[in-house]
Amino acid sequence: MNFNKIYALGLRHLYLIMNSFPRVLDLIYWPTVQIFLWGFISKFFTLNSDYYNNTVGIILTAAILYDFLFRASISFNMMFLEEIWSRNFTNLFIAPIKIREIIASLTLTAILRTLIGLVPAVLISIPLFGVSILKLGLPLLFLLISLYLFGVSLGLFVTSGLLRFGPSFENIAWASLFFLAPLGCIYYPIEILPNTLQILAKGLPLVHIFEEMRSILINEQVNYYNILKSIIISIVYFILGVIIFYASYYGAKKRGTLINMGE
Amino acid sequence: MHLEVKNLTKIYNKYIAVDNINFKIEKNKTIGLLGPNGCGKTTSIGMILGLISPDKGEILINDKNINIYKRDEILSKLNFASPYVELPKKLTVKQNLEIYGRLYGIKDLEKSIYEISNDLDIKKFFERKTGELSSGQKNRVALAKSLINKPKILLLDEPTASLDPDIGDFIRSYIQNYKSKNDVTILLASHNMNEVERLCDSIIMMRSGKIIDQGTCTELIKKHGRNNLEETFLKLARGADEFQ
Repeated sequence: MNFNKIYALGLRHLYLIMNSFPRVLDLIYWPTVQIFLWGFISKFFTLNSDYYNNTVGIILTAAILYDFLFRASISFNMMFLEEIWSRNFTNLFIAPIKIREIIASLTLTAILRTLIGLVPAVLISIPLFGVSILKLGLPLLFLLISLYLFGVSLGLFVTSGLLRFGPSFENIAWASLFFLAPLGCIYYPIEILPNTLQILAKGLPLVHIFEEMRSILINEQVNYYNILKSIIISIVYFILGVIIFYASYYGAKKRGTLINMGE
Repeated sequence: MHLEVKNLTKIYNKYIAVDNINFKIEKNKTIGLLGPNGCGKTTSIGMILGLISPDKGEILINDKNINIYKRDEILSKLNFASPYVELPKKLTVKQNLEIYGRLYGIKDLEKSIYEISNDLDIKKFFERKTGELSSGQKNRVALAKSLINKPKILLLDEPTASLDPDIGDFIRSYIQNYKSKNDVTILLASHNMNEVERLCDSIIMMRSGKIIDQGTCTELIKKHGRNNLEETFLKLARGADEFQ
């Protein structure tokens, strides 16, 4: 791995953000709207629901963590789509940068985009709704690592689809996370799902992450085994994502689609 | 560096895009790759650049198959410019050159960018976004990017397409001048016959994925009994019977 090249590709996306105020605004706007929306819903539920009684901020914390996942995945996809939109694919893929360096750069730069969007929203939620995700304590770090790995894995699956099917796969990029949201048990316990779906849901790290989040906030108990399980599942998805990305890249070379990829 | 292509073939489904082509470009020579649209020029360039996997045949650089080299080792010695491939539009010219300079691992990047920008007269729009430039300016920036690593093998796909005669001449003069001062082997795909006559040591004519003739411009014009390269091109592109 050549870190100068990883940095160069990251710099390309950093310049893109820095060159455009509307782009920065766009990154911050949606997470903030989410926080406002879920903040008010959360406030209503804490006042009117037995389940959430006296546990201020469970829904809002879930919304923030889910948004973290969403932003991580979308950031990864967006950076890849930028190369397609700008018709820069050929230049990128003939540059002496390894495929693993491209993946590493997108993975590392995605966190920057994610944090630009999410940090202001998280900070707003503290004075506005009296909710801080920092209440989760040290486990928060591990939950975020798991979420981030899974978000990037989803990004890898979608970008593999873009390599395989071209820009027409773009709509899937936007919809990808919504497919999994019902199974992720973000806002409700897994018992709500039918038995068959529960089996599927347990194959996702999301269930373990959000179950653990609720356990910490409601019961004030941390089960590191569950957190570890979620991280291991995320790592498995990440490895799978990398394999599929490589397969799509070699498939695109065979089909000759890399040279004409563009809007 | 010299480049050789042996029995190169690419088939998409049942369509033969490139059909068993063979050619060699000696070190520091410029070869023109000519042919009508869809004859397989871009696919051939794509295979040399490693963007398309050949179904058959091999590409040799300095007598070694490119698959033997490490991907980044060989790509650091190559570069490519085409008006159909763009640099990120929302980045300034300077930012784009900086990023590609870093990707190509250029040591003294500031100096390299300064020199190439002076030579190609692009400093005056250094801070402008690449997407805001005119076609001529974009082509010059694309050429600057393609020379940032001082490539030993340079592939140019219609470098003066859609440019006015003045800018077109500027770019052709620049390439001529650059080649006289640097060790570089060039493969030039073009539809501009004057450009080909001016820049190329010899030419390869393609049609329907095959090489149908090759030689120097003078040789081909004489061989096919035409007055100039354009007429020769038309004869070869259309097929002898149709032209006559």
